[in-house]
Amino acid sequence: MSESFAPVRLRTSPGFRVGISITAAVGIYGVSFGALATTSGLTVIQACALSLLMFTGGSQFAFIGVVAGGGTGAAALAAATLLGLRNGVYGMQLNVLLRPRSLLAKLGHAQITIDESTATASGQSSAREQRIGFLTAGIGIFGAWNAFTLLGALAGDAIGDPKAFGLDGAAVAAFLGLLWPRLKGREPVVIAVVCGLVTALAVPFLPPGLPIIVAALVAGLIGWFSQGPRDEGLEPDVDPYPGPHTSGTA
Amino acid sequence: MGSWNLWVWILGAAVLCYALKLAGYLIPAEKLESPRVTRVAGVITIGLLASLTVVNAFADGQTLAVDARLAALLAGAIALKLRAPYIVVVIVGAAAAAGARLLGMA
Repeated sequence: MSESFAPVRLRTSPGFRVGISITAAVGIYGVSFGALATTSGLTVIQACALSLLMFTGGSQFAFIGVVAGGGTGAAALAAATLLGLRNGVYGMQLNVLLRPRSLLAKLGHAQITIDESTATASGQSSAREQRIGFLTAGIGIFGAWNAFTLLGALAGDAIGDPKAFGLDGAAVAAFLGLLWPRLKGREPVVIAVVCGLVTALAVPFLPPGLPIIVAALVAGLIGWFSQGPRDEGLEPDVDPYPGPHTSGTA
Repeated sequence: MGSWNLWVWILGAAVLCYALKLAGYLIPAEKLESPRVTRVAGVITIGLLASLTVVNAFADGQTLAVDARLAALLAGAIALKLRAPYIVVVIVGAAAAAGARLLGMA
């Protein structure tokens, strides 16, 4: 393994290059997570703990999104966990692709298993580049995401009011931005509209936080009983391989 | 909600999210990897993100409200349509909500 990571060879490694560029693109938006987390009522340390320990952007945003809306901790946990389900699927795919052998390697791989590291690995064609791509994107984003979370959390803490500077609008755009890349084709749009309507209908009747869980259950039922592309909804927030092709080297 | 009480849910959610990731590596693929499981995980991702978007744009406690956040939703959609990077989309959303308030929206 050590020789395949020699610096001279890394410079020409497509997996490494894609991993670095996706790190630059994704890492920065840790700022928006950190800022929205503290204006939602979390402390700076709590915001950083989510990025360090949970380390899966969608779930982290879901957690603070529920808290910001006045939902309970239990509802926040449920939303974050349900949104983390797809990481289990990524874990299975990566386990087959990268074959980490020791338990320690599996424990480490699991922590950096997210949309972008999975997408970076799956876009490479050789086993070596898949591993380099996964590790570069995973470790790189982990470092950048945590650093920028701290920065954003301190800024949000200083601002305090969630409505100042339109930060509540930033949260709306943040969730729409996470949803957008997953709306490829008519069917996911229909799923999104149905779940959005279910949420709006449930808001007046249920305590804050629960409408989100109801929408997740409706989505689960739709997924269970309907046919569709198996990777639907599993697109990364930022595509490491933008453009018409979805595989091969960058 | 007290910040200590919240810690319990933060740590609990982090443990569960990590457990899901790890399960993928520990459970033999043939036991879990079925098109149906994969599809449910994907559709739930879409449904939850759509739901979170609606709650953050229109919910105010247990009432629905149309306010400056609608401007953020529309501006964010336009930015995404124009293929703006994620961080730009977030900033556009903030600017739109702040601008709408300056113009007198709640």
